[in-house]
Amino acid sequence: MKGGCRMMRTKKYWKDTLEAYLYLLPAFLVLGMFSFYPVVKSVYMSFFDWSLLRENQYFVGLENYEKIVSDPVFRTAIVNTLRYVVGYVPISIGLGLLVAVLLNSKIRFRGPLRVAYFLPWVTSSVAISMVWRWIYNQHYGLLNMMLTGLAGVVNAVVAFVTFGNLTNVWQFSSPNWLMDPRWTIVNLVIIAVWQSLGYNMIIFLAGLQNIPQDIYEAAEVDGASPWQSFWKITFPLISPTTFFISIISIIGAFKLFTEVYVLYTGRPGPVNSGMTIVYYVYRNAFERYRMGYASAAAYILFAIIFIFTLVQMRASKRRIHYGS
Amino acid sequence: MLAEQQMWRYRLHKVFTKGILYVGLLAGAALMMLPFVWMLTSSIKAPEEITLRTIQWLPKAAQWQNYKIAWEAAPFNVYFKNSFLIAITVMGLDVVFSSLAAYAFAKLNFFGKNFLFLLFLGTMMIPGEVMLIPNYITMVNLGWVDTYAALIVPWTVSVFSIFLLRQFFLSIPHELFEAAVLDGCSRFKYLIQIMVPLSKPALVTVALFKFIGSWNSFLWVLIMTNTPTMRTIPVGLTYFVSDVGSYYNYLMAASTFAMAPILLLFLLLQKQFIQGIARTGLKG
Repeated sequence: MKGGCRMMRTKKYWKDTLEAYLYLLPAFLVLGMFSFYPVVKSVYMSFFDWSLLRENQYFVGLENYEKIVSDPVFRTAIVNTLRYVVGYVPISIGLGLLVAVLLNSKIRFRGPLRVAYFLPWVTSSVAISMVWRWIYNQHYGLLNMMLTGLAGVVNAVVAFVTFGNLTNVWQFSSPNWLMDPRWTIVNLVIIAVWQSLGYNMIIFLAGLQNIPQDIYEAAEVDGASPWQSFWKITFPLISPTTFFISIISIIGAFKLFTEVYVLYTGRPGPVNSGMTIVYYVYRNAFERYRMGYASAAAYILFAIIFIFTLVQMRASKRRIHYGS
Repeated sequence: MLAEQQMWRYRLHKVFTKGILYVGLLAGAALMMLPFVWMLTSSIKAPEEITLRTIQWLPKAAQWQNYKIAWEAAPFNVYFKNSFLIAITVMGLDVVFSSLAAYAFAKLNFFGKNFLFLLFLGTMMIPGEVMLIPNYITMVNLGWVDTYAALIVPWTVSVFSIFLLRQFFLSIPHELFEAAVLDGCSRFKYLIQIMVPLSKPALVTVALFKFIGSWNSFLWVLIMTNTPTMRTIPVGLTYFVSDVGSYYNYLMAASTFAMAPILLLFLLLQKQFIQGIARTGLKG
């Protein structure tokens, strides 16, 4: 009896397997060809001096990796990317949390305000980087014109308050944002913060909604100020969300390319000041056709991102563990 | 008397903090909107107004013809047609293929299920840039460079969509499935007639984000297209810059119509957008 049952089950099992594989067929084909195969192929390619311009490829072992690691341009790319990550991630998360907390209170126009903060996230990076290129223009850009105006107001106020003893305290001379390499990462950080703040805000709002309201009420009864209840209640309880956003922001930040390409019209900024890891891959693969070399660089990027993915996976496992 | 005074002070304090809250939030929102506003007003300025050194918020007379000039200065109608064609096809195929795969993972027991699911999920951890180069070579070998196939086929299945739909399918009670199968409903019929209508919110989310992802995608289109007739809006726009140089009024007009479809879509489907992100926490 039991044996018969099992036999029937196995028969059904194999029938199910066949049916399941039919459902999975398109996914197998597409992922197999454009995800699984290239992942393996690019490891293989990274050990070759691989050029599209010739028939035969030469095995070079680890030479590509050695060359990349000792290439000063690659080091610049790493340093630039790190500076970008360190500048952008904390600011965009901090501001996203701030706006989310403010919007989470009982106020009017919540909907329209949320839309206003979120709008930059849906726009195409290319079109919006074009707009920022115009804003950063040295002579006719909005940024310098606004800063000039601001400097004028500040100087007038200071002169008035000090009875004319201090004039021109803020001597503003319009920086050339896009030509001066010192500003490159700052420019990119400003765009990234502006674009991702709303996204972070939405995720934080979802997290804030999970915090029971009565904790705040109890705290208020006990005489806690809003400031205290933020640091003692909101901040610790929202920390899993903060952590999640940090990791995905860091991973996203390591892939910076489009904004640099558009802001500097197909160049990695003045004197490589906007060179990023992905830009380095792009330049070697599609401007110099060194496919093996670029594959090795892409794998180094993968390794860096993988570390952050692992950290996130471990942490989220622990979180589920605590929850249950 | 004292209690009344305290009450007043409390109220005053409340009104004051609320006032600061509103001013802060509105100022922030205005700052966020500023680039869009500047884009719009710049797009209707005359050439001599573009090169003013002081802020002029509105042009003396709106130069609507800037849009026409920009539109005709590059084959934008072709770029739009390409972007729409590719985004809609990619979206449609992804919804179909990913639903099928998600259904298998959610409702069927089969050989190698867990292994395959982990294999699929594993690709989500690998940055697309790693696959870029071998995929480019594949396209060269297939002779697909500069074709729609190259811009569509690789993006018709995404593990993210499969994962999201599987989660949603799992949340639909399994008893429903068993009852339907007992009544002689085939599994495929169950997917089409019951699962799909019940999963509308998840399907809309997947479709929406796929459409936007495709519309905004840049690097792949950049390396896969050589001829202007194959370009999409974002890539066309970067070439347009080198054509018009510093005529920022035309550039801003072009930027405006490049982002218009997505902005409209967002304003129409705000709720789905925001819920979709809050639910999935996806990064575009």
